[in-house]
Amino acid sequence: MSKVHVETRINGERMEFLCEPQQSMLDVLRDNLRLTGTKEGCATGDCGACSVLLDGRLVCSCLMLAVESGGHELTTIEGVARGDELHPIQRKFLEHAALQCGICTPGFIVAAKALLDENPNPTEEEIRFYLAGNLCRCTGYDKIIRAVQDAAKTLRGEAA
Amino acid sequence: MSEAQDFKYIGRRVVRPDGVDKVTGRANFGADFALPGMLYGKVLRSPHAHARVKKIDVSAAAAMEGVYAIVTGADFPKVGSEEITGGEGAGDFADLATNVMARDKVVYHGHALAAVAAKSNAIVDAALSAIKVEYEVLKPVLDLDTAMADGAPLVNDKLFTAGLKEKPTRPSNVAAYMEFKRGDIDKGFAEAEVVVEGTFRTPTVHQGYIEPHACVATINQGGQATIWCCTQGHFDVRSMTCKVLNLNVADVRVIPSEIGGGFGGKTTIYLEPVAVMLSKKAGRPVKMTMTRDEVFRASGPASATKCTVKIGAKKDGTITSMHAWLAYEAGAYKGSSMAPGAMCIFAPYNVPNFLIQGYDVLVNKPKVAAYRAPGAPQSMYACESVLDDLARQLKMDPLDLRLKNAVSEGSVAAYGPKFNAIGFKQCLEAAKKHPNYKLKLGPNEGRGIAAGFWFNAGMQSSAEVHINENGTVTVVEGSPDIGGSRASMALMASEELGVPYENVRVLVADTESAGYNNVTGGSRVTFATGMAVIQASRDIIAQCKQRAAATWGIEADMVDWKDGQAIPKPGVNADVKPLTLAQIAANAGRTGGPLLGRASLNARGPGPGFSINMADVRVDPETGKVDVLRFTAIQDAGRAIHPSYVEGQMQGGAAQGLGWALNEEYVYDANGVLQNAGFLDYRMPVASDLPMIDTQIIEVPNPNHPYGVRGVGEVPIVAPLAAAANAVRDATGIRIHDLPLSPPRVLAALEARKG
Amino acid sequence: MQSFAYAAPETVKQALDVLAEHQSAGRRVQVMAGGTDLLVQMRTLDGSPRTIVDIKKLAETNRLDVGASEIYIGAAIPGAELSASKPLAVCLPGLVEAMDLIGSTQIQGRASLGGNLCNASPAGDTIPALVADAGVCVIATPGGQRELPVEQFVVGVGKNALKPGEFLLGIKFKRPAARTGDAYLRFIPRTEMDIAVAGAGVSVTLDAKGVCTAARVAIGAVAPTVILVPGAAKALIGSSLDDKALDAAGAACSAAASPISDKRGTADYRRKVVAVLCKRATKIAAERAKETR
Repeated sequence: MSKVHVETRINGERMEFLCEPQQSMLDVLRDNLRLTGTKEGCATGDCGACSVLLDGRLVCSCLMLAVESGGHELTTIEGVARGDELHPIQRKFLEHAALQCGICTPGFIVAAKALLDENPNPTEEEIRFYLAGNLCRCTGYDKIIRAVQDAAKTLRGEAA
Repeated sequence: MSEAQDFKYIGRRVVRPDGVDKVTGRANFGADFALPGMLYGKVLRSPHAHARVKKIDVSAAAAMEGVYAIVTGADFPKVGSEEITGGEGAGDFADLATNVMARDKVVYHGHALAAVAAKSNAIVDAALSAIKVEYEVLKPVLDLDTAMADGAPLVNDKLFTAGLKEKPTRPSNVAAYMEFKRGDIDKGFAEAEVVVEGTFRTPTVHQGYIEPHACVATINQGGQATIWCCTQGHFDVRSMTCKVLNLNVADVRVIPSEIGGGFGGKTTIYLEPVAVMLSKKAGRPVKMTMTRDEVFRASGPASATKCTVKIGAKKDGTITSMHAWLAYEAGAYKGSSMAPGAMCIFAPYNVPNFLIQGYDVLVNKPKVAAYRAPGAPQSMYACESVLDDLARQLKMDPLDLRLKNAVSEGSVAAYGPKFNAIGFKQCLEAAKKHPNYKLKLGPNEGRGIAAGFWFNAGMQSSAEVHINENGTVTVVEGSPDIGGSRASMALMASEELGVPYENVRVLVADTESAGYNNVTGGSRVTFATGMAVIQASRDIIAQCKQRAAATWGIEADMVDWKDGQAIPKPGVNADVKPLTLAQIAANAGRTGGPLLGRASLNARGPGPGFSINMADVRVDPETGKVDVLRFTAIQDAGRAIHPSYVEGQMQGGAAQGLGWALNEEYVYDANGVLQNAGFLDYRMPVASDLPMIDTQIIEVPNPNHPYGVRGVGEVPIVAPLAAAANAVRDATGIRIHDLPLSPPRVLAALEARKG
Repeated sequence: MQSFAYAAPETVKQALDVLAEHQSAGRRVQVMAGGTDLLVQMRTLDGSPRTIVDIKKLAETNRLDVGASEIYIGAAIPGAELSASKPLAVCLPGLVEAMDLIGSTQIQGRASLGGNLCNASPAGDTIPALVADAGVCVIATPGGQRELPVEQFVVGVGKNALKPGEFLLGIKFKRPAARTGDAYLRFIPRTEMDIAVAGAGVSVTLDAKGVCTAARVAIGAVAPTVILVPGAAKALIGSSLDDKALDAAGAACSAAASPISDKRGTADYRRKVVAVLCKRATKIAAERAKETR
């Protein structure tokens, strides 16, 4: 089996790795690059725990071949915080107790970031449908939605 | 204890201490560990629901490059029959051992019968395909009715029904029969002026935790093993793994990772002993994770059931008699949640005459595991639905019907003990007053209410409180944090010690660093581990008083502790300044040594929990689709240590209960092969399926906890099933008995009424 | 042991050459756009090694043209991009909403119209809309190009009409006439994330008085392939889309369906619901027709 050499950018940093052609981006992130913040919940694109941004667009990293990342930009959960400071979405998740076990949280935060980058003032319904691809089994989604609404307010400058 | 207390920290919505790591992806869950030289392990699973294993030939797999170890049942010791206690499910160690790795028989599709450790997942997969197994395929039995009938094919031909009055002479798929009785139900039904009955079926469902089972195990040549795993109970992982592998618990260290959901499904073991055996043979650490497919097929779902409930009452709503006939699927090994289901079913009510008959039934499906209030959602679904029908017949408000018969302090519970202070009536009153109960409904819309109950557990917890040299506090406890319990432990330590929450750290320690702890489950952690933390904090306070007394040259019983400081009691003649915890800690070496408080207990007096749920639904009359418009959860929490996490339990349980009611079910084919082993077709609620879930926390303090805590985690899943079904009944006029209320089932019922 | 290989050609000719070369070497080859079906199938159904030919770098598979007389949608364009195209939403809102229904936001970031069509699932959401909108497949062949109406493209469960060495470049449509509207509705048990239990794609053209002058009705998830239902169209044409005409169209759809019972629905249920969807989709398409010029 011959491996492929891939050069890509992850969270603003140039990275390179060797991988099998059939390996998913998720597997490479977690096993090769040791970026374990992105989680595997199903490996079939049904749960969103593996959500990353590919050139700013929300995708499931389990449904992407690692080789496809060559020449593109990935953002993972590890790249959401701004250096020493949490992103407002992260802060609001904490303030609103929008996580219980926390396994779905990285996926939700990445997805929420994509949502608010695209639509700074979403309605409750828009938030729910945008995030429908992120499964949570602990919270019943209520506090997650509230955290996203509050983060949107903060990002619009209407609140802290 | 617990009259109205003024709390300084309890009740505050603080940010949890483990939160930053969880929102940044730093927190390590079960699959996030790696060790140098680590191999990957995977299980070979039976393609048959029922078969004898005649021969396993691993030679081709063993010869493959990169394969380091292969194990089969032959590598595992024989384990004698012994009841498993202390977990959240019922069962036998002999069964657990063969569930982990089949010996001469496979008893469900997906049953483990071999495992391989190799250098990469790709090699593991190739090696698994190269293992040749000869099976003698047997007829599987796949549903309750067939399993209980005379002449049914037997899952275990050496199993005889326990609990029957006459000792059985022939083996059966019914592992156990249980009866709970009070009074004379026939007399009670004769006294009744109205009798209502119904038979209800619920499907097999899964806890649906987003994190698959995962572990890394390593064992050295001296037999000392370390296991990292996601689990609700690492001490149980240790004891169960040692039983299955005949190891000494002293030689096995289990380190709990963060856990991505469990809900009861991670209170037992699947991969851990296999990983240890592979590591033993390979001489290297072995990582094993389940795929989502394996989680559905081969972990422990919740029992499918058939429940018949009959209730007799007077015209004024007073219940005179209740009869329940409950059959629960245990899966391929005995030990369903029938017993707790039977104990909960009538628990909210004063019933002068009742008979509960329960059957634990084997079928060729995976052995069930606990799922949040195990057994209660299924049985109470039936009872709460019949009560709804009774209320309709009596033309009574369903809340009033329940108020008429509600247990309260001093009532003798249907399952035996006398209730202390409980909050059922308060939940009912709150529901009656709740604005959501008065909202107008539109066409095709309906409202349903139902009650929920769970005993809640106490059990064993140990905790230590260490005071650091700068007066900050480290709480060391051993309860894996599944939903924010670290925050509650810190709040309780804060409150007790009188120091700011920000000064407290909480560590969930492994089996070698923490005292013994029972599983995180049974809604017991805030209650029992909290109690241990409080006692350990009080131990610190006692030590601090002694240190202060020594410093001041007075007796220790002349010292008070207030707001984080030692002060002389009023009236004590001592011209001294108060000593803060930080000051005492800084000086600890000179006054006797490090400040370390400890407590270990078997917590008595957990407070039973009650709830009332209200569901509003809209039913599409052309497609049968049920939309949830509104959901209200009212629950007695005793004392909400951290209200946000109490609300979170209420909302999360509601979502699971609604999924159970509306769309979740295991679909099997005629050969016993699960058809929907993924999140695509095992349909759990997504964000767009649910509205905001309104919560109201009632606080009737539990007199047996220093702060009044009652367990809250499990009650929330119980009532939503009947609340949703009663809402559909209200919207459509039709009582649909079988869950889930999926669109095809609802439409068929609507059409049947038309035709 | 054969292993996987990956190629990402930059021109159509390169792509055709890679396909031909690997095929003649006896390797299995598979074309990939968004990969959201392919990777799942590789993981859950058939993980055998193959050469994956990624067509996302080709100009022809990425081109989106909404012209005065013709519309062309490249086969590899992800759903998120199609949803963002205002001109496309004006002409073929039903097609856009069909694409948009597939999966989650994450799936939309990668999944393509072409991929959904080529995957040829009986329940593929775009296919009833493609058929209702009379799409024409533009296929790259070793000899050049060929075209095929969409309703002839899917030939069986998971089977399309592509010959070895060919791949789909895009799908083209005549720009809809004035007063034409389309719609796609599917039934799923939840609100998102499910495979369609039944689906209906409808295109109607109305005259100035609101009388239907043309119609195409296609039903999905109720047979091995999507079915164009001429009987439903016939019931609508010449009517003002009153309840009687809608009921007749719905009945025609139920009659044309030959659904199975599986974990997603019973045959009986699917037959009933497809009629409901036909009626509801027709109403939406008619509203849209009235709004267009």
